[in-house]
Parts: sequence; structure tokens; C-alpha cells
Amino acid sequence: MLQILQDYGILLLVGQFPDGPIGGLALTLFIAISGLLCSFPIAILVGVARTSQIKVIYYPVSALVHAIRGLPALLIIFWAYFIIPLVLGRTISGIATVICALVVYEIAFMGEVVRAGVESIPKGQVEAARSLGMSYFKTLHRIILPQALYQMIPSILNQFINLIKNTSLGYIISVNELTYSAYQVNSQLLIRPFEVYFLLALIYFLLCWSLGLLIFQIEKRIKIHRQISTRSI
Amino acid sequence: MISFENVDKWYGNYQALNQINETVGKGEVVVICGPSGSGKSTLIRTINRLEPINAGRITVNGIDIHDKSVNVNRLRSEIGFVFQQFNLFPHLSVLRNIMLAPMDVHHVSKIEAKEHAILLLEKVGLANKAEAFPAQLSGGQQQRVAIARALAMNPPVMLFDEPTSSLDPEMVTEVLQVMKQLAHEGMTMICVTHEMGFAREVADRILFLDEGVVLERATPENFFTQPQHKRAKKFIADIRHA
Repeated sequence: MLQILQDYGILLLVGQFPDGPIGGLALTLFIAISGLLCSFPIAILVGVARTSQIKVIYYPVSALVHAIRGLPALLIIFWAYFIIPLVLGRTISGIATVICALVVYEIAFMGEVVRAGVESIPKGQVEAARSLGMSYFKTLHRIILPQALYQMIPSILNQFINLIKNTSLGYIISVNELTYSAYQVNSQLLIRPFEVYFLLALIYFLLCWSLGLLIFQIEKRIKIHRQISTRSI
Repeated sequence: MISFENVDKWYGNYQALNQINETVGKGEVVVICGPSGSGKSTLIRTINRLEPINAGRITVNGIDIHDKSVNVNRLRSEIGFVFQQFNLFPHLSVLRNIMLAPMDVHHVSKIEAKEHAILLLEKVGLANKAEAFPAQLSGGQQQRVAIARALAMNPPVMLFDEPTSSLDPEMVTEVLQVMKQLAHEGMTMICVTHEMGFAREVADRILFLDEGVVLERATPENFFTQPQHKRAKKFIADIRHA
């Protein structure tokens, strides 16, 4: 296994970079982070819409969330692969396709995280802000979201872990991310699939596990913070 | 200044307010009391449209607050509201809590908002807590900040919804002190409270509410010494023995 790491470690890490396109773990992280950054603002809109009292906002967005949640991420990648060129009238790169598909997939789940966060803010906060004459949007912007987003950090990171693992689905449309790189290594070696895929598993595991540790630390801090803020009431 | 005309409010099949007719004049201090579930909080919350009503009319300064032309945010910015649970914004410092609405709603400059906030903190005796966060304050201090926050909008009227009910006994006085001071300065106030001492000292009128009906309307002296309605008598006996 060490031999594999020695021969193909760089390939697994960054693909052909800098001589060729970037790939491997670096691309996996690039897709995951772009996916997170693009889906997050949309997820806030979706999550807030899911708490709306206005039916023409609530129902369509809820239908969208339910539809996306009911589909495998792989299926959405397939769809994106075929539909995006039709809509745009030109082909886009596999990387962009995967990012688009994962963003669609994530806004449903992250949107629910946002909804839960918004709903966890006590009603009194909204009433206090509205009583001062602040509009719904100002209340959202100044009072609800700052508190909700802080509490949501662990759930968002949890979603990020999912996102990282889902980037492996890019393999199906030949995006040169970590899983695809491992697949290539395996095809070159032919006789050592167990070691190659164990190595692949190990990389994913270490990445996600360390993020899990980070979540645990953040949760601890938030818990302390909460205890302080409820102590005197 | 504030008037109720035949106001009804229903929660499903339960009638929370039943034919409320009441007028509160400028500078008046009115105390609303009554047993739990009598509709007193609901009543006070209808004035700034935190609770909708089903029938009747509520006017503030002659304007029907449910009229289509009324901007609800504008209406609310002119009515100070103090909650039982304080509802300070926990992620903002005391100073920020007070400065936020004047800056966001009245577009007051930051410097001006800060000066005013400091003045108000001095008024409620908490000038030294400007940079503290709500969680670092006692209940009584939090409620005084909440009063300062409401006052920051310069409202001509202040509503208090059981402002001392969730406070430890030793903190009640400091909050009542601030409220009394406001009353003496001529603020129009409607307070849902059972604090008899406060009512006696500053209230012009007491309304006794039960099951959504105003059963008694009296001066504090008359109300506490010779209540007319038998439920008012029982209520007074109950709070005396508490």
C-alpha cells in the first residue's frame, strides 16, 4: 500500500496538476467547497421560504424541497448532465455539472437546516423586533438569522461532510475527483483493488472524521454559550 | 389617545375579549389586572397589532389601527412595548439592543443613536452596563434595558405586559422604580400588572378583566378597598394572600 501511495499519491492528491488538469482530493475539496458556498445563500432563501406564512411562497418551495429530497443525488447528476446543455444551448464541463447538481441537492437539505434554525429562535425575539417597528426583513436580517446561523454551524458542517462524500458521484460522468482518480490507479495496477480502494476509503474517512471532530468542538462551545445566555433568566 | 370600541377577539371557539369599550387619555396611567387567562395580555397586545381582533375598532391618536392605509411598522414604532420575558436580543450588547431600532427604523445616525442610548441607560440606572451582553445581566437589569430599548423610539405611549412577573422579588422594585418615574414624567402607560403598590401610587384607573370582559373600572383606592364585583373581591383576596 505504501508503494501505491508513493507512486500514485500525488495523483490522488492533485491529479495531473500542475502539468494537467487538477484532480484527486484537491478537486473533491474544490467541488465540495464550491457546492457549499453556492448552495448556502440559496438554502437561506429556501429555509426562510419554508417558514413563510404566505402560501404562494411556502407551497412551491416546499414541493421543490420534497421533490429533491425524494431523489438520489446520482439521479440529479444524470439530469444535470443531460438538461443543462439543453437549457444553456452549450456543453459545460463535468466539474460545473457536478457542482450544479450538488447545489440543487444541497439546497433541499441545507434549506431544512436553515428552517430548523429559524424556527428554533424564540417567538419573543420576533415580537420584540416587530414591536419596535422593524420590518419582517429587517427582523430576519438583524435578529433571526444572526442567531439562527450561529446555532446552525454544526448542522451545516454535517451537511458539508455529506457533500464531500457525494462528490464521489462525479465519477459517473468522468469528473476527475478523488474516487475517479482511485479508479484510474486501480485500472493501471489491475491486481490490487483492495489496497487501492482501502486507501480511498481511508482518505475520505480521515477527512470526514476530522470535520466531525471540529463539529464536536464547535457544539461544545455553542452549548457553553447557550448555558451562559439562559443562566440568568 | 387610545380607544377600544366593541372589540371582540376569538381564539377558535374561545372568546378572549368580549365587547371591550375603553378610552385611555394622554398622560393617563391605566393598570389592567385580572386572573390568569382573563385576556389582559391579549388586550394589551391588540394595541400594537401583535394580536389581530375579530370585531370592533381600536384607534390610536384617532387613527383606526386596522385601516388599510396604516403602516404597521410605523404604528408599532410609536408604541413602546415591554414584555414579561424581556426579549432582549442576546447576540447584541446592551447598547446595540437600544441603538438598533432607532438606526434601522428611524434612520438615526449611529452617533446620535449612541448618545440617546447612553442617556436612556443613565435614566434606568445602567450606564455602566452599556457594553455588557444581556446574558451577563440580572433579570431586573434586563427588564430595565428592555424599557430603555422601547423608550429609544421616543414613543408617546408605553405598554407593559406583566413586566415584573418573571422577576425574583428583590428585582421587582428596581423595575417598578423606573416605571413610576416614567409615570411621573407624564408618559401615557397601560400596564398589565398585579403590583398593588405600583397601581396605588401611579395608576389613574384600574381595569379588572375576567374572561375577556371588563368587570370593574375604578380608581386604585376604590378598587383595592371596596371592590364591587364578587370576582374582583376574590381576586384581591387571592393576591393579598399570595
